[in-house]
Amino acid sequence: MSKPLNLKPSISRRSAMKTLGLGAGAAAALPMWARYSNAQTSAPIRIGFQKHATGIGASYGRWYDRTSQAAVKMINDGGGINDRMVELVTEDDGTDPKRGAEVVEKFATQHNCDVGFGTLFSHVVIGSAPRAGELKLPYFVVSEGHHVASGMLNRYTLQPGITDVKSQVQAMAPFVGDTLGKKVTMIFPDFAFGHDHRDFFSKAIEAQGGEVVAKIAVPPAETSFTKYFPKIPRDTEVIYHVMVGPAVLTFVKELGEFFGPSRPEIFGFIDSLEAVDLASPGLEYLEGTYFWEGNPRYAQPDQTSYDKYFRAAVGVDDNGASVNDPKDVSTYAHMFGCWETLHVIKAGMEASGYAGPQDRSKLIEAVEAMTSMPESNEHPQGEKLFNGKTHQVFGKQYISKVTNGKLIRAHTASIEDTLYPDEVDYTSQGF
Amino acid sequence: MEFGPYLMLATLEGAVLAAVLALMASGLSLVFGVMRVVNIAHGEFYMLGAVFAWWITSAIGGDPALAFIAALVIAPVAVGAVAVAADMVIIKRLNYDPERTIVATIGLLYIIQQLTLMTYGADARPVVAPFNTRLALPWIEWSGGGLQLYWPWGLSVTSYKLFVMAAAVVVLTGLYLMMTRSRIGLLMRAAQLDSETALAFGIPVERIYAIVFGLGGALVALAGVLIVPIQQAHYLMGGDALLLSFIVVIIGGLGSLGGTVVAALLIGLSDGIISVFFSPTLAKIIATLLVALVLVFRPQGLFGGKSR
Repeated sequence: MSKPLNLKPSISRRSAMKTLGLGAGAAAALPMWARYSNAQTSAPIRIGFQKHATGIGASYGRWYDRTSQAAVKMINDGGGINDRMVELVTEDDGTDPKRGAEVVEKFATQHNCDVGFGTLFSHVVIGSAPRAGELKLPYFVVSEGHHVASGMLNRYTLQPGITDVKSQVQAMAPFVGDTLGKKVTMIFPDFAFGHDHRDFFSKAIEAQGGEVVAKIAVPPAETSFTKYFPKIPRDTEVIYHVMVGPAVLTFVKELGEFFGPSRPEIFGFIDSLEAVDLASPGLEYLEGTYFWEGNPRYAQPDQTSYDKYFRAAVGVDDNGASVNDPKDVSTYAHMFGCWETLHVIKAGMEASGYAGPQDRSKLIEAVEAMTSMPESNEHPQGEKLFNGKTHQVFGKQYISKVTNGKLIRAHTASIEDTLYPDEVDYTSQGF
Repeated sequence: MEFGPYLMLATLEGAVLAAVLALMASGLSLVFGVMRVVNIAHGEFYMLGAVFAWWITSAIGGDPALAFIAALVIAPVAVGAVAVAADMVIIKRLNYDPERTIVATIGLLYIIQQLTLMTYGADARPVVAPFNTRLALPWIEWSGGGLQLYWPWGLSVTSYKLFVMAAAVVVLTGLYLMMTRSRIGLLMRAAQLDSETALAFGIPVERIYAIVFGLGGALVALAGVLIVPIQQAHYLMGGDALLLSFIVVIIGGLGSLGGTVVAALLIGLSDGIISVFFSPTLAKIIATLLVALVLVFRPQGLFGGKSR
């Protein structure tokens, strides 16, 4: 069944080279017509949005995108920044550290963005931020990882819109120790974000007189979790869980299947259920358990006008789901970070009189000078306190209880509860 | 958990994995056995089975059991149709040349994956299992002078996981019976033994190939439909499936259905037990090491015949 070899191809090498040459010429000529013929200042401010459009962070990427578009619309409707409109340039990093660094490079060199922003997953932040530092691109991450404040990164990387894991778990430990139990088993994803939980919560609960009896690390891309649960010691009083990735629903379901009717107390971070409907089958056992929430998903009885405004702008109903599709549950505990970060960028650019990339260091200095940010339409999650030396913001933390299938806020930790000593002073570093 | 119940839990988890693996790998083994081509897009048919199951169950709605049965019937047939189309449009035109088929099916993998990403999206979406009661399992201990049953904390299985194991056994038995007892099975085995002589006898070999490719796709899609109530349907789930299918088929022997089942049991159970007692990464390392050993010492696989 073999055909004789066709020795004469239909395309000749000469015609192939000609076509390629024409193509290369057209590509090289492209930037010539695409530039602004007007003066520099009427060009829009370009914010590079590093979106987790694909990969394990895709659910968050979708909601980060919607929130960022809504925030940019709000800013532009209010006149923009320094009389210039804001334009979001979105690139997909695939929730991958290597792609993240490439995307940062594209923002700085190809797209001529003024700043980069929006990265969530901690391993991508750690992979991308060094490149932003090398290219001197202000890089505003919305990540919750402790790496910004730990001094691991650089002066160009800031996290002014979302609190970090160290402050979150520090605020949770007293509640867990006093209300739920002293012997804790931790289940967390086996990468930077999960390690932050492991390290900081262990220290915090030991300071309360408690003890972590087991630390179970799960690979972030894992799909089946039952094989990890037998490692939970019999004398566990509290299960502390935080999981990320597309399989979080499987994780929480299999946790319930493993224990059956005789479960210990459970304290979870809402990360384990972001973008997942609390009413999914298999999650009934969560009734009565507690969750940390960065921002309460369900509208609470004392909802502020700022939260109402935020929900309407992004298109989220009182159950935290999309107004167009009640099954499309949002990542409400994290996405406010994009909204607040964009408003911090606006405030920083206005305070520094930002005119273009030559003012990037002035922008960073202006943001470092910020301190308190009151609760407002620009900061709907609650008031904030920014630490210019560590580039990290601090805010209120919320604990909710699952009551009749909804998350009702049971405890609020004040900003003071979440503070910890500085580990770095980025302002002493040069640009 | 004590060792005994722990081992039982690990074995059950491994058995579920082995059941799904056996279905996945049998499709690949069948395609290679009859057509002698390797389908790199095999994992994507698994993903398509899961995604179609989600589409069908959300479109039908209502009682989860009825919706799931509909998905169980319709999704493999739909994916089989996609596979037949792929064979007739792509692979046939390459004259079933092995190297070109590998390259073409890699392209098919990316096309299917990206089309799914563009339509279904990047989220993992759940499908409700038709039934899912938790069954606490007993263990025996020696106490009070005799053997007694007790129910260890955490030792359980769900009725749905037992159903997956049973379904895999039924389907594979049906496949074996079809290959050995039915006329279409006879035609497939004839085409496998010597396609030129089969053609001379008037057997429509190219049509048989299309049917075999479709059947291979349908089998792996069935595995996807069965797994989707346990995990969720996600557009990247084909990658792991492809790797594991290849490991099983290489160890069991390309073209041998019995070898595939034995290898699936071996890999599934060892993965389950090693994952539970040590770590999942170690389990994957051992599985890949086994493949390397088989390729060095017994390249035709444990049960494979000599290549013709």
